[in-house]
Amino acid sequence: MTRLERIHLLSRADRLQPLRKFVRELAIQQGCCAENLDCMVMAINEACMNVIQHAYHGRDDGEIIIEFWKDADELLIRIYDFADQVDLDAIRSRDLADVRPGGLGVHIIHQVMDSVQYKNCNEPLGNLLEMRKQLNKPVKCNLADQ
Amino acid sequence: MKYPVTQHNNYTLLQLTGEIDLNESPNARRQILEQIKHNNNLLVDLSAVEYIDSSGVASLVEGFQNARGKQLEFALLGVSPSAMQVLQLARLDTVFTIYHSLDELDT
Repeated sequence: MTRLERIHLLSRADRLQPLRKFVRELAIQQGCCAENLDCMVMAINEACMNVIQHAYHGRDDGEIIIEFWKDADELLIRIYDFADQVDLDAIRSRDLADVRPGGLGVHIIHQVMDSVQYKNCNEPLGNLLEMRKQLNKPVKCNLADQ
Repeated sequence: MKYPVTQHNNYTLLQLTGEIDLNESPNARRQILEQIKHNNNLLVDLSAVEYIDSSGVASLVEGFQNARGKQLEFALLGVSPSAMQVLQLARLDTVFTIYHSLDELDT
């Protein structure tokens, strides 16, 4: 497995647009198929939104580290934060039949990525989200199957 | 940013533009709710929206619920394939009234 990039950003909403651009360019460079490109960008955006809103409670001075790894034809993304450790059992999608604003990020991430794992870091603070996506196998984003 | 507002038949047409993400969605939400506060049937034009995330979708949902509470019409216009993907993932594509064009609305 090869680490492609490691980036640091602050927990600011205005950092998400440059992040999406960066992710899109990196995924294209790594040969990501068109069908999976939007999924990748969407999942990473939603994950960072959750860090900003829920881990850092809207603080704009929190640190987020994102690592991009390549393992054969798969991209592994690791998103670290340094906020209070979250209760991993509390991270879950909500019932979508209950139409209301908010609470869609976790569901979207699970729908579009091939695997998703939340971990607490071994340090006193911090959380880690690991997501994997095949670069050239458009599977999860096939909404016709939903 | 102030989004363009026009009238079309009995709808106020609010054209969102650009990327409706966590940074921009509060502004979009504010303007959507402003129109509903003024008792306008609202048609939210997404044809110029390049990207929308769950926070942007949340703004649409809140607008939809507020409009419904006041018995006003609320619909979306010109949803791009990428925006539609987000709505489908959230299972909202069957909740919102969606028009592909103004011609479709008028027929």
